[in-house]
Amino acid sequence: MLRNLTRFLPLLGLLLAAGAAVAGPGTVGEAEKQPLNVAAIAMFVAFVLSTLGITYWAASRTKSTADFYTAGGGITGFQNGLAIAGDYMSAATLLGLTSMVFAKGYDGFVYIVGFFVGWPIILFLMAERLRNLGRFTFADITSYRLDQSKVRTVAAISSLTVVLFYLITQMVGAGQLIKLLFGLDYEVAVIVVGILMMVYVTFGGMIATTWVQIIKACLLLGGGTLMMLLAMSHFGFNFENLVTKATEVHKDGTKIMGPGSLLADPVNAVSLSLGLMFGTAGLPHILMRFFTVPDAKEARKSVFVATGFIGFFFLVVVLLGMTAIVLVGTNPDFYEGGNVGGKMIGGGNMVAMHLAKFVGGNIFLGFLSAVAFATILAVVSGLALAGASAISHDIYANVICKGRPQGGSELKVSKIASIFIGIAAIGLGILFEKQNLAFMVGLAFGIAASANFPVLILSMYWKGLTTKGAIAGTICGLTAAVVFVVLSKAVWVTVLGKAQAIFPYDQPALFSMPLAFLVAFVVSKLDNSAQAQQEIAAFDDQYVRAQTGLGAAGASNH
Amino acid sequence: MSSAAYERIRQNPKFDKLVATRSRFAWTLSAVVLVLYYGFMSIVAFNPTLLASPLGEGRIATIGWPIAACMMVLFWVMTGLYVYRANGQFDQINAELIKEASKEGQ
Repeated sequence: MLRNLTRFLPLLGLLLAAGAAVAGPGTVGEAEKQPLNVAAIAMFVAFVLSTLGITYWAASRTKSTADFYTAGGGITGFQNGLAIAGDYMSAATLLGLTSMVFAKGYDGFVYIVGFFVGWPIILFLMAERLRNLGRFTFADITSYRLDQSKVRTVAAISSLTVVLFYLITQMVGAGQLIKLLFGLDYEVAVIVVGILMMVYVTFGGMIATTWVQIIKACLLLGGGTLMMLLAMSHFGFNFENLVTKATEVHKDGTKIMGPGSLLADPVNAVSLSLGLMFGTAGLPHILMRFFTVPDAKEARKSVFVATGFIGFFFLVVVLLGMTAIVLVGTNPDFYEGGNVGGKMIGGGNMVAMHLAKFVGGNIFLGFLSAVAFATILAVVSGLALAGASAISHDIYANVICKGRPQGGSELKVSKIASIFIGIAAIGLGILFEKQNLAFMVGLAFGIAASANFPVLILSMYWKGLTTKGAIAGTICGLTAAVVFVVLSKAVWVTVLGKAQAIFPYDQPALFSMPLAFLVAFVVSKLDNSAQAQQEIAAFDDQYVRAQTGLGAAGASNH
Repeated sequence: MSSAAYERIRQNPKFDKLVATRSRFAWTLSAVVLVLYYGFMSIVAFNPTLLASPLGEGRIATIGWPIAACMMVLFWVMTGLYVYRANGQFDQINAELIKEASKEGQ
């Protein structure tokens, strides 16, 4: 099991942050269908009923496009911070990172720091500009002073690509996880997730999506903390005591207390951390969260709150992984055939679930399973909303209608788009059940970091960016990310069955992201057209708005 | 928003001062985060045994654990520092700027 896990660890890393649940069939694969878990289903039904109640309430407040896309800008910084934390702390974070610390000790901690470090940077360099310039989608910012139709079309295509890949991994992960935890059929699980997602998004828009995310974040934080406290009580809440026992029973002994083989290839580690850091800052559903607060003040506050909760949760996860080495790793109940150190029941990603069962029995296991399901539901809703806004706000309202959609038609289009995205997600989720999807998460983050992030940053920071440069940069980043991933081990060897990967790293960002920056820069520099001159001249006004928020969209009245 | 209001803000010396101070603060904090993180990663890659030194005589716990945890806490405290200054001191100058720009416009 360990060797198998090690092989997937680098990709697992991306998987986790991507919230892709346990999509890598290398780890869960042929998830055994478990007997029906009544406690888990009961708690999940309670969650669904309360979120449907919220959706009903949210629907009565979702009247305008601003309500639908961004909750009318009426979310407070604290609420939004919880929602951002919720978007980032997925079921996969809990399951995957716990398993990583369980298997690798300190190396897992090093990875966790890498998942965290992007947040302060997003606050210092992006948060206030995003809020001051954007309204509904990040293309509002990139196209601010550039050619609306062209820049928005390209941005919408790359947004939809990211959303689609991410959504497929979530759906497949949901199906497998639910089959494993709840004992439901794969197809049933995928259809339930898809339909609930459509209901939340279509009726409740961003208000419902945000509240589903907030509730889930609280459940995950509360459940995780409680589990950590229960587990630590077995060691008298003493870290020294914990690591003494853990190093006694772990097969790597005291080696787990320092950096080991996981980071033997620094280039790979750096590329992975770049992809995570800047991929996060280029994910459409995360960027959209910055537009749900009234002003830059609240936007900053929300990142502070989100960073605090994410950091706290990650530290909890480190302790969960370490306690599990002793509490789960030596317990024959959690291994197939009672063979300790052999194949873990449910696969290597189930460590946190087994720990829940050990410290809190079947009820707590059921609770945590329900939280995991709720988590996936909340993340796919955010994704569907981001995809729908790319279709209705960027493509329909601004490209097709040239910024003047007929009254109410944009809202209608966005709701229809949400339904289509939901149907597509169900269909693709079922279609891809048995596929190896590890590469898709790498791809989603790679594209976000290479196609969305560079042009977004340049549009905010560099006066010289022109329409041609922005389009060339986006297309180049998108293409490079796709090509590198296809040539990497995850596709070239695992999917296509070739002997040797041409691109030796797991994450393309280290190469595709600088390439996109370079191309956007060079093409902009070479662009001497009259239009380019105008676009450069328009930067000055944009700069004042980015810095001061003067003219930025405010909150609607509620 | 009219270009004239933006022009007036640009003319206001407070604007340059605001932007310069806030940017310097933001870039300094970012640099601290990146230097600490990549410094840490370099130790992980090139001198891993350093992080594996025990916390004390006969102890199993190593210095790597508190170092990584403190780094995360420090980064969070730094976000708090930025928000405190940006939402207080900087936003006050910002509000004055906007007020002056709209007053002159009347």
